[in-house]
Amino acid sequence: MLRYVRVKEDRKASNLVGKRKETDHPILHWSSTMSRPGNRRPEYHKIDWHLPAISSSASAHSMNRDLFVLTYGALVAQLCKDYEKDEDVNNYLDKMGYGIGIRLVEDFLARSYVKKCHSYSEIADLIAQVAFKMYLGITPSVTRNESSRNEFSLILDKNPLVEFVEELPAGRSSLCYCNLLCGVIRGALEMIHLTADVKFLQDRLKGDKVTEIRITFLKKLEDKKYRRKK
Amino acid sequence: MADEALFLLLHNEMVTGVYKSADQGEVENGRCITKLENMGFRVGQGLIERFTKDTARFKDELDIMKFICKDFWTTVFKKQIDNLRTNHQGIYVLQDNKFRLLTQMSAGKQYLDHAPKDCYSHESWGFTVFPTLLFFCLSCTSVRRILSEYHIEYLAFTCGLIRGGLSNLGIKSIVTAEVSAMPACKFQVMIQKM
Repeated sequence: MLRYVRVKEDRKASNLVGKRKETDHPILHWSSTMSRPGNRRPEYHKIDWHLPAISSSASAHSMNRDLFVLTYGALVAQLCKDYEKDEDVNNYLDKMGYGIGIRLVEDFLARSYVKKCHSYSEIADLIAQVAFKMYLGITPSVTRNESSRNEFSLILDKNPLVEFVEELPAGRSSLCYCNLLCGVIRGALEMIHLTADVKFLQDRLKGDKVTEIRITFLKKLEDKKYRRKK
Repeated sequence: MADEALFLLLHNEMVTGVYKSADQGEVENGRCITKLENMGFRVGQGLIERFTKDTARFKDELDIMKFICKDFWTTVFKKQIDNLRTNHQGIYVLQDNKFRLLTQMSAGKQYLDHAPKDCYSHESWGFTVFPTLLFFCLSCTSVRRILSEYHIEYLAFTCGLIRGGLSNLGIKSIVTAEVSAMPACKFQVMIQKM
């Protein structure tokens, strides 16, 4: 994963073959060049929030979402049967989400052609307006915490994952039903070298008014240490 | 479609997760496959209810199987079943030559349990797998190596899906699957007369 990101940065500097010093694995090199066609280069110079031409109101799209939502529900039901404690289920969902996130970010970057971000707020906007829209069809709103520059909240009015859920089962009051999302965001950010702490602050299923996901960026953005190798 | 990647990843993570958290005894007697199949059953029941809300009543069993092969499979996997065979006595074989949940793993006779532990050096990956999804099965392979040769666990969920769909359409059945060469696979449906 580390190597893939480095190759991407090299491409932007248009030094693809000549100056790379270490021997990247040929398969990784091949795969990363294949996923970024050369004629797209001009679009890197602007932030392109435009999504691929898939309308989220198309019925086939909603059927696929039904499949995902139902599968997720069946998974959580099975986990509730297997584990007695809510924290175990939450941790399991988070780990699963992490595994999904580290791979999903590749798919996201390949499909969305977004430019490199320069601040945490740009990243939070990107997650809310592009990533969520692409995969779940919703656009949460982003609020910033005034006191700390590293904390952002995503407020979800409509959560498609809980479309078929009326309420949490009895005795499962601290279950974070959508904890998978936290893991996905955490895993995706980690693959682009950002560590973050992602958790649910409010949850509609537990009685709050909205669903709120808090993202806290932990370390400063890496200081472009790869560029020094030139 | 973007959602497809999500479901694919979730499915792979589910399979890996179920096997990671299972004991050796459970793996051997197939409890993990049962768990995945039961999840698929539940999802299949729900899905078929939503799909058939506005469709006309089905004439007979064959009509239902054709619906599963065409409309149901298209909506779930974006393609139709390539071949449906039956002996007209309750056994149907559905053949999918490019099963969506297996296309990202391998295309040919090289099975995952023969893959070396370091996935990066495995030659066939670069040629056969769509680049942006190259790393998806990474964690799967190291766990999978000790398990069944034909990767039935990746088909268990879909078997449950078919069985659940049929059950809500009034047909009790047993669904099994086999893989002869990735990514082609066959689902065998045995209708049980009440």
